[in-house]
Amino acid sequence: MIEFRGVAKQFPDGTVAVHDVDIVIPPRKTTVLVGSSGSGKTTLLRMINRMVDPTAGQVLIDGTDVATVDPVKLRRGIGYVMQNSGLLPHRKVIDNVATVPLLRGESRRAAHAHALELLDTVGLDRSLADRYPAQLSGGQQQRVGVARGLAVDPNILLMDEPFGAVDPIVRAELQQELLRLQGELGKTVVFVTHDIDEAFLLGDQVVIMQQGGLISQAASPAEILAHPADAFVADFVGADRGKRALHVTEVDGRRVVVDADGRAAGVLAP
Amino acid sequence: MNWLWSNLDLVGELMLVHLALSVPAIILSFVVSVPIGWLAHRYRWSRGVLLSICGLLYAIPSLALFIALPAFTGLSLRSPVNLVIALTLYGIAVIVRTSADAFDSVERDIRQSATAVGYSSAGRFWGVELPLAGPVLLSGLRVVIVSTVSLATVGAVIGVQSLGSLFTDGFQRGIQVEIITGIVATIVLALGLDALSVLLGRLLMPWTRRGSRNGRAAAARRIREESA
Repeated sequence: MIEFRGVAKQFPDGTVAVHDVDIVIPPRKTTVLVGSSGSGKTTLLRMINRMVDPTAGQVLIDGTDVATVDPVKLRRGIGYVMQNSGLLPHRKVIDNVATVPLLRGESRRAAHAHALELLDTVGLDRSLADRYPAQLSGGQQQRVGVARGLAVDPNILLMDEPFGAVDPIVRAELQQELLRLQGELGKTVVFVTHDIDEAFLLGDQVVIMQQGGLISQAASPAEILAHPADAFVADFVGADRGKRALHVTEVDGRRVVVDADGRAAGVLAP
Repeated sequence: MNWLWSNLDLVGELMLVHLALSVPAIILSFVVSVPIGWLAHRYRWSRGVLLSICGLLYAIPSLALFIALPAFTGLSLRSPVNLVIALTLYGIAVIVRTSADAFDSVERDIRQSATAVGYSSAGRFWGVELPLAGPVLLSGLRVVIVSTVSLATVGAVIGVQSLGSLFTDGFQRGIQVEIITGIVATIVLALGLDALSVLLGRLLMPWTRRGSRNGRAAAARRIREESA
């Protein structure tokens, strides 16, 4: 369990990135932080592995204040996946996946054997192991990034807009893959995105943030759609328009669901 | 040409002496300028000062430096060590800016990601920043190699033996072939060391080699796999 208690972050230039945040991130679930740029979602994420230290408040992992833990040691125990994969361009795929185990002092042989297994886990062919990241497609690089994040079997996996830079088809594929993985592994995933559709698809809990690092609502997707906390949330999730504002019409005795523009979205199952 | 055939031994020997002067200077200037370049990259405020001071070294006339150095080192004017020190200072002046640029060229995303997965500062320097700065550092090293090998000939004027001795001797005795031999041998030496450094770069930085040779094939494969 990750807990934010009265956490704030003000940068030296006076910008307030995060404003007094209290939130609990439940274990073995996916929590998605969603908001537009400047909402502090990435800053909040980076406080978990001390890439950013808060200027007020505490971040606790299973009751331990992360400020009391050596940052390097802390980071080696938390999976991290970022946009553009963040792979080391001078290391082969297999060495990238094995990065953290090798940093922890595991033997090369054991780390490599485990890395090959992880390539299977994320659906990559083992023949890619000896390539350099630049020789892979964007989607493949992102999978390698996920494999690296899982290499030390961490309880916590931080994902910072991991699918932001790949095309929509590959993104949809990677999202399904993550859902499958999460179903098998049950990690505590904290996922940052600006895409509300992605947030609703992946999140057990969705945290909607607005400018200046304020949390507008933290709840399950269904609750957010049913009871948006305020006008900002309603507008952000588009609850009153487009493909989310569905209603039912009757066509030849069957009940068809159409969106706000009148386009058919499906039929109501009996 | 007769001069050349009867003095091949001398030319060979001078080439070795020349190597013994320039290689230590090249290595030393590289080793010293890398941390200076890193400091200039890491601490923005120090950049202007460090790069200006190192760059100014190059403005010191070489003969003046050769003659002034013994006053600081306590060595005799004709000691090869003086020459190596002087060549090192010039080498630093040539490479230090490139060395700072080399560290600048490492993408911020990659540095951050290395930090995020748990590299310590030192581990990140040796394991990530230095190797990724490698290609740019190599380009700087190649300039230092050529400029140092050429500058080492000046030592002959103050009496430190090198291929430059062929210039001074040939000039005094009016042997044109000797002068030309000195020039050609210097160039051959410079090109040889340059080729060696490129080879070494390919061995130490295999990812750049693959990237350039298979770049197109990889791009094609990428497109195929992405569309599949």
